[in-house]
Amino acid sequence: MDEALRTKPSSRKPKYSRFTQQELPAWKPILTPKWFITSFVTIAILFTPAGLLCLWASEHVVEIVDRYDDDCLPDSYATNPETFIQSKNTNKTCVRTLKIPRKMTAPIFIYYQLDNFYQNHRRYVKSRSEKQLRDPDDEDETDDCKPIENLNGNEGGPIVPCGLVAWSLFNDTYKFFKGNKVIDIDKKNIAWESDKKYKFGSEVYPKNFQKEGLIGGGQLDESKPLSEQENLIVWMKTAALPTFRKLYGRINTDLEANETITIVIQNNYNTYEFGGEKKVALSTANWIGGKNDFFGISFLAIGGVCFFVAITFILLYVFKPRPPGDPTYLSWNRNQPAQ
Amino acid sequence: MPTKKSSSTNSFKKKRSKVKWSNLYTFSCFRPPPQLNPSEFGQPGFTRVVFCNDSVKHKTKPYKYYGNNVTTTKYNVITFLPKSLFEQFRRVANLYFLLVAVLSVTSLAPFTPLSLIAPLVFVVGISMLKEGVEDWHRFVQDLEVNSRIVKVHIGNGVFVDRTWKLLRVGDVVKVNKNEYFPGDLLLLSSSYEDGVCYVETMNLDGETNLKIKRCLECTLGFDEDLKFDKFKGVVRCEDPNSSLYTFVGNLELNDDDEDQLDSSYPLSPSQFLLRDSKLQNTDYVYGVVIFTGSDTKVVRNSMKSPSKRSRIERKMDQVIYVLFFMLLLISLIASVGSVQYTDQDQTAKQWWYLELMKEKIDVSFDPNKPLASGFYQFLRALILYGYLIPISLYVSIEVVKFLQAMLINNDRHLFDEMSGKSVEARTSNLNEELGQVEMILTDKTGTLTCNQMEFRKCSIEGISYGGDANEIVRAASQRMNIDIESYRFNLDGDDSTPRDSVEMVEISSDQVNESRNRILDGEYDMKNVGGTGIKGFNFRDKRLMNKMWVHGSNVWDMMMFFRVMALCHTGIPVENEEQLGSHKLKYEAESPEEVTFLIAAQEFGFQFCRRTQSSVFVKEIDPSASEVEREYKLLNLLEFSSSRKRMSVIVRDEYGQIFLLCKGADNIIFDRLGDGGRTYQHATTMHLANYAEDGLRTMVFAYKKIEDFEYEEWNSSFSKAKATIGPERDELLENVSENIEKDLVLLGAVAVDDKLQDGVAECIDKLAQAGLKIWLLTGDKKETAVNIGFACSLLRHDMHLFHLSLSRDAESKNQIKAMKDDILNQIEASYQVITNEKTKDDPFAVVVDGKALEIALSNDIRDEFLQLAVNCASVICCRVSPKQKALITRLVKRYTGKMTLAIGDGANDVGMIQEADIGIGISGMEGMQAVMASDFSMPQFRFLERLLIVHGHWCYKRISKMILYFVYKNIVFGLTLFYYEIYSRFSGDVLYDGWYMVMFNLFLTSLPVISLGVLEQDVSSDVCLQFPALYQQGQKGIFFSWKRIIGWMGNGILTSLVISILNVYILSPSAFREGGQVVDIAHLGVITYTTIVWTVNCQIALIITHFTWIQHIFIWGSIFSWYIFLLFYGALPPAYSNREYKLLVEAVGPAPMCWIVVLLVVVISLLPYFIYMVIQRTFYPMDDHIIQEMKYGRKVVVDDEMWLREKQSSRKPTHIGFSARVDAKILYLKDQLHKKRMFIIKSITNSPIRRSITINTLENRD
Repeated sequence: MDEALRTKPSSRKPKYSRFTQQELPAWKPILTPKWFITSFVTIAILFTPAGLLCLWASEHVVEIVDRYDDDCLPDSYATNPETFIQSKNTNKTCVRTLKIPRKMTAPIFIYYQLDNFYQNHRRYVKSRSEKQLRDPDDEDETDDCKPIENLNGNEGGPIVPCGLVAWSLFNDTYKFFKGNKVIDIDKKNIAWESDKKYKFGSEVYPKNFQKEGLIGGGQLDESKPLSEQENLIVWMKTAALPTFRKLYGRINTDLEANETITIVIQNNYNTYEFGGEKKVALSTANWIGGKNDFFGISFLAIGGVCFFVAITFILLYVFKPRPPGDPTYLSWNRNQPAQ
Repeated sequence: MPTKKSSSTNSFKKKRSKVKWSNLYTFSCFRPPPQLNPSEFGQPGFTRVVFCNDSVKHKTKPYKYYGNNVTTTKYNVITFLPKSLFEQFRRVANLYFLLVAVLSVTSLAPFTPLSLIAPLVFVVGISMLKEGVEDWHRFVQDLEVNSRIVKVHIGNGVFVDRTWKLLRVGDVVKVNKNEYFPGDLLLLSSSYEDGVCYVETMNLDGETNLKIKRCLECTLGFDEDLKFDKFKGVVRCEDPNSSLYTFVGNLELNDDDEDQLDSSYPLSPSQFLLRDSKLQNTDYVYGVVIFTGSDTKVVRNSMKSPSKRSRIERKMDQVIYVLFFMLLLISLIASVGSVQYTDQDQTAKQWWYLELMKEKIDVSFDPNKPLASGFYQFLRALILYGYLIPISLYVSIEVVKFLQAMLINNDRHLFDEMSGKSVEARTSNLNEELGQVEMILTDKTGTLTCNQMEFRKCSIEGISYGGDANEIVRAASQRMNIDIESYRFNLDGDDSTPRDSVEMVEISSDQVNESRNRILDGEYDMKNVGGTGIKGFNFRDKRLMNKMWVHGSNVWDMMMFFRVMALCHTGIPVENEEQLGSHKLKYEAESPEEVTFLIAAQEFGFQFCRRTQSSVFVKEIDPSASEVEREYKLLNLLEFSSSRKRMSVIVRDEYGQIFLLCKGADNIIFDRLGDGGRTYQHATTMHLANYAEDGLRTMVFAYKKIEDFEYEEWNSSFSKAKATIGPERDELLENVSENIEKDLVLLGAVAVDDKLQDGVAECIDKLAQAGLKIWLLTGDKKETAVNIGFACSLLRHDMHLFHLSLSRDAESKNQIKAMKDDILNQIEASYQVITNEKTKDDPFAVVVDGKALEIALSNDIRDEFLQLAVNCASVICCRVSPKQKALITRLVKRYTGKMTLAIGDGANDVGMIQEADIGIGISGMEGMQAVMASDFSMPQFRFLERLLIVHGHWCYKRISKMILYFVYKNIVFGLTLFYYEIYSRFSGDVLYDGWYMVMFNLFLTSLPVISLGVLEQDVSSDVCLQFPALYQQGQKGIFFSWKRIIGWMGNGILTSLVISILNVYILSPSAFREGGQVVDIAHLGVITYTTIVWTVNCQIALIITHFTWIQHIFIWGSIFSWYIFLLFYGALPPAYSNREYKLLVEAVGPAPMCWIVVLLVVVISLLPYFIYMVIQRTFYPMDDHIIQEMKYGRKVVVDDEMWLREKQSSRKPTHIGFSARVDAKILYLKDQLHKKRMFIIKSITNSPIRRSITINTLENRD
C-alpha cells in the first residue's frame, strides 16, 4: 500500500532526457579578444590574397567595348532617328574599326550590349509561352503571349514563337574583318545546352512570325527549328538588369596585340526611341568570367578593413583592457563603489 | 421518505456534540444585529423583496430575478465561429493577411495563392482551437456546478432533490454537512438547538477556519422538514452587490395563526450564508434562497477572464505597424514609380518593345488609366513585399511557445514528489512574460503557508523552551566564521596590530563555532521530532517533555501556564477515529492556534477531555506525577475580538478558588499586569522579540486569582451590561471586562508557527535578489500576516514599518470624509519619513488592513497610497476581499506600469490571478478554481523561483531574440525584392522563383529560428539560479527595446543593400563563367538568393550562444537543404521547373565565381554586426556576458571557496529576503565584535604592564 502510493506519483514525474531537461551538451563560444582578433586577422589574411588573385584574373581578361548607336546614325537623321531606323530604305550599314590593345587568345566572345533596355519588365518577361516553344502540339498555347499572340486578331492562327520577347528579337548583325580578311564568327553553341535540348523544341518551326503590320525586331528562318536558332534562344534568356550583354558569337582565332579589326554593322535595332545604347563587346574569359575588377577590389577592401579593425582592437586592448568576468562590471555593481 | 429518516437519526447520534457547541456560546456576548430604519427598504439600493417558501411568486415580474444558472463561458455553439473569428481579425496583422489571401486568388498575385492562404488558416485555426478548448473546459465546469443537487421544499413539508440551476429565489433548501450552499441563503435553523452553524469560506477568502453563523430566534423553530409546511415570510433586503461581509435586510414573519405579516426582524451578515461556502460541523441547515446565480456575492466578486497577451507580443504589434508603414511606403514608391514610367503616351510609345498601347490587356500597365494602374500596382506590391510582415513569424511563435511550454511542463526540477504534480503552463502565450515580472502579489494561506499551525516554543517563568535554532543567526555565524578567518589572515600579515586582539578574535570565532554546532544539534533534534511528531506540535525540549517539568523549581506557575492552555479557549474535543486505541484527542476550535495550544497542552500532560454545560474537564498531571481528572466550572467567557486582542475565562476549580485565565497580545497583557505579576516580564519580552523575529505568532499567558466577593460584585455588573440593548452595549461590556482583567500575573508566552511551505523562504530570498517586489495580499488578520511577513523575511526588525489602519475615532464616525483624511494623513506622514531618510540604508515596509485599504484605494487618494507602497520594500495587505485583491492588482499594474504576477490557491484569488499579467494557481489544494483561472499552475510556491529565474529568463531572451531575428531576416529578404524593382522600372517583376519565396520562411530559415526560440541559453540553469540578479535584464526589457528593434531593422536594411548591390555589380554585365555566358534573371535570382540563405543562417549562428547538435544540424542543414532543393528542383522536367531547370548543375555550380561571391557577400553583410558585437562585448559588456565569462571563461575559478566569493561579489543587494537579513545580522555582529575588541584593546593599552613594556621598548630604541 505504502509502496504503491510512493510509486504512483513518481510515475507522473517527467521522464529524464537531456533534451527535455535542457541539458544537452553544448558548445558555448564566448567572444573573447583572442577570438575576435583572430577572426579579423583571419579574414584579412584570407581576403587580401583572394582579392589580388581576382584582380589578377580580371587583369588577364582583354575586353574591348564600342558604343556604336550614335555614331552609326547618319547626321541627316540626327533629330529623328526613329524615321531612320523604321524605314526599310535607309542604308543601315556602319563600319567601325577597333584596335586590339593586348593579345586576345581564342575563344574570343562577341557580345552585343544594350543599355536602358528593360528585358526584366514584368509585362515583357511574362509575354512568352514556354509550352509553345517546347512542343509543336502546343502552338495554340498563346494565352500568356499577349499582345503578340495570334496573327490579325484570331484569324491568322498562332504566331510561333509568340510574345513580346521573341517579337523584339535583336537584329543588328556584325561582320568582322582583319584587313580584308573575314574573321569567322562561330554562332553555334552560344546558348545553354539545356535550353537547346529541352526548352526549344527541335520540331517547332517559326510560323506567322513578324508578319503583322508592326515589326518588332529580327526575322527568323522558317526552315530551321527553334532549337537551332540560337540567337533567339540567347535573346529569350531574359536579362536580369537593364544593362546587359548577350553572346553574339565566338571568334575561334587569336587576335594579336595592336591588330586593327573592322566591324561591319547592320544597325537595324531600334534603341533610339527609348534612349537606349548599343555596344559591341569583344572579350576573353577565364575562371572568373569576363572583366570584373569590382570583385577583386571588394575583397581587398574588406581585407584592409579587417586588418585595420584588428589593429585598432589590439591597441585598445593593450591600453584599455577589461579583465574577463570582472564582477565590478555587472550592472548592479557598477553604480556603487566596490566594497 | 428517506430524507427525513436519515436526518432524524443523524441528529440523534450527534446530540452530544450539539450540547457542547451550543452551550459554549451562552457565555459569550453575541452582538445584536444593527437596527435598521424600516423606511430605508424600498428605497433605491434596497428594493429586493423575497417571498420565502413561495418561489412561485418569483416567476412573474416585478419579482422575477435571475435564475441560478451560472455560465462563465465566452461563446456558445452558435456564437463561437463569428465571435472568435472577430477576435482573431481584430489583430491588424491578421486582417492584413486576410486581405493578402483574398488578393492572392486574383490575377494580381505574384505567387501561388496556397502559400498565402495556408499559413493564415493555420495561425487563425490554432488560436481558435485554443479558445475553443479553453471555453469547453469552462463549459464542463459550469455544467458540473449547475447540476449539483440540493434538497428543496416543494410544499407540505416535502423536500426533494433538485439541481442547482433550477433553484429559484424564495425556495427553502436544506443543506447537509460538507455541502456547498447553492446560492446566498438566509439561515433559518440548523441541527443545533440554538441555530448556529459553522461554515468554511475557503472559496471566498481563503481562510480555512470555521465561521459561526446564527439564525434569528424567531426562525429557530423551523428545524424539521414538516414544519416548513406553514412557513411564510417576506424578506426585504439590499440589492445584489459584491460586498462579502455586509448584508442588510428585514424579515417579516407570519405570526402563527394570523395572515398578517406583523412582526419584523432585522437581518445581519451572521444570518447570511454565501454561495460556494461550505457547511461544516453542522448536520444540516435550512435556509431561504435570497440571491441566485449572477446575483450572488461570490459571482459578483468574480470577473470575466480576460484574454491575456504578453507585452512582447503587444510590442511586436507596434513593430508590425512600423513594418506595415515601411511596406506601405515602398508599395507606394513602387506604384508611383510604375505609373511614372507608363502614364504618358509619349513614354508608352517610346518603349516600343512593351507594346503598351496595343491592347488593353493589363490594367496595371495601362498608360491611359494611370490611377487604376497605380492602384493595381500598389496592391501587387502589398502582396509582393508582404515578406516584411511575416505571417510565418506568428506561426513560428506559436510553435516555439508550445515547445517552450512543453519544456516547462517536463522540467523535473519543477515536479513535486509529494503531490505528484508538476508545474504546468496552461497557456503558452505568456512564457516570455515570466522573464519580465517586477511585482509578485501573493496570497498567504495555502500559497506561502501550508495552512497548518505548529506549536514551536514557549517561555515559562522567563525561561525559553524549545529549540532556539534561528536560521538567520545560524547563517550569519556561518558566514561570519569565513569572514573572520580571512580577517585573521589579514591581521597576521599586519604587524602593527597588537597580538592580543588576534587572540580575541580567535576566541570569538570559536564561540561562533560552538554556537553553530549547538544550533545544528538543535536542528537535528527538531528534525527528529518532525519525523515522528504530532501534527501541529513541533516542539522538543527535554525539560518539558515526558512530564519532566514537575521537577522544576516553580511548579505552580508551570501548572497555571498549562491550565491557561487547556482552559482558555473555545474548542471542543472530537473523537480521534484514526487512533481509537490511543488516549490522545483531537480538537476543533474557532482558530487554528487554539487547536495547537490544546494539542500542546495534551502533550505536556494537561489533556482537555470534555466540556459540558458549564464545566470543562481536564486530565492533569499532579506534581506528584499522578494523573487526575479535574473539573473546572466555567463562570464567564470574555471572548476574543480584534479590538480587545485578548480572551479570558473565569473558572472555579474543585477547591472553589476562582481564577481568571487570560491569553492575549503581549502589549495588551503587559499593560494589565499587576505589580506582583511582573517577575518574568523582562525575560519574556526578550524571548518574545526573538520569537517574533523568527516569524512566530506569539501569545502571552497570564492569570489572576479572584476572591469570591470580588467576583460576585463584578459578575453582577457584567450581567447587567450583557443585558443592555443599544449602541452603548459594546462599550459597556468592554469596560466591565476591563475591570476584571487587571492586576494579572504573567506566566509566560507561547509561539506558534504558521508553517511555511517548503522552500518558501529561500524562494523569496532569490526572488528578492532578482529584483522582484513581493506584496502579500491576504484575507487573514493583520497579526498573522505580519508574522508570516517575518517568517518569510519580507519583514525584518530593523525595517521601518508603517501601519495604515483606520483610527478608532474615524471608524466610529463612519464618515467617508473623515476616514479619508485619516488615511491620507497617515500616508503623508509615512511618505515624509521615506523622503527624509531616503539616503539611509534602512528599508521601509507598509502594512495595510482591509478597511484602510478600501479608503486608500478610493479614487482621490490612491495615487498617494500607491506612491508610498511602491517606495516600500515590502507591502502587506490584510483582510482583503477577493475583489480588492483584483483591484490592487489592477491599480498596481496601471499605476506603475510594471509587470505583475499574482499567485494564489483559492477561489478568492481568482480575480487577482485573472487581473495580473500572469496568474499562477497553486494546484496542490483541493479547490481548482484558482488553477482553472490561472496561466500557470504549480504544486508549490517554491517552484516560482525556477519558473521565473530560469524559464522566464530564458523564454524572454529566446522570444525577443527570435522576433528580432525574424524581423531582420524578413527585411533582408523583402527589401532585396524591392531593390530589384528599381532595376525593373517598378513593373512588379520578381527576382526569385515562386518556390524560393515559399521555401524561404517554410524550410530554409524556420528551423534555426525555432531552435533559437526553444533551446537558446545565455547561461545554464544553475548559473541563472546563482545569479538571480541576471533576471533584471528582463525587467528592464533591454532585449526587446526600441533601440534593439531599430538596430536590427537597420542591420536588415544594411544587409539587404549589401547583398543587392554586391550581386548586381559583380554579376553584370560581363560574363560570369569561363564559357563567356552572362547572367539572366534566373541566375541573378538564384545567386542572390543563395547569398541571402547563407547570410541569414550565419547571422543566427552569431546570435546563438548555445550550440547543441540540434542547432548545428538546423543551421548548416538549412543551408545544405537549399542546395538539395535546387538540385531537386532543377532535375524536374522543364515544364515544372521553368527557368530553374538544371540551374545549379549546368549554370551556377560549375562557375567558381558563384561560390566565391557567397563568401564575399556573407562576410561583408555580417561584418557590421560582428564589429558591433565585439565593441559591445569589450567595452560595454552586459551582465550575461560577464557571467558567461566568469562561468566558462575563467579557468582560475576552480575551487568552491573562490567561486563562493565570486558569487558574493556579484550579488545584488536587496532589502528583503533571507540573505538581506543575514547581511544585516552580520553587520550587527561585526559591530558588536568591533566594540568588544576596542574595549579590550583600550583596557590593555591602559594597563600598567603594557605601558611599562612600551616604555621599555622605546627606551631600548634610543
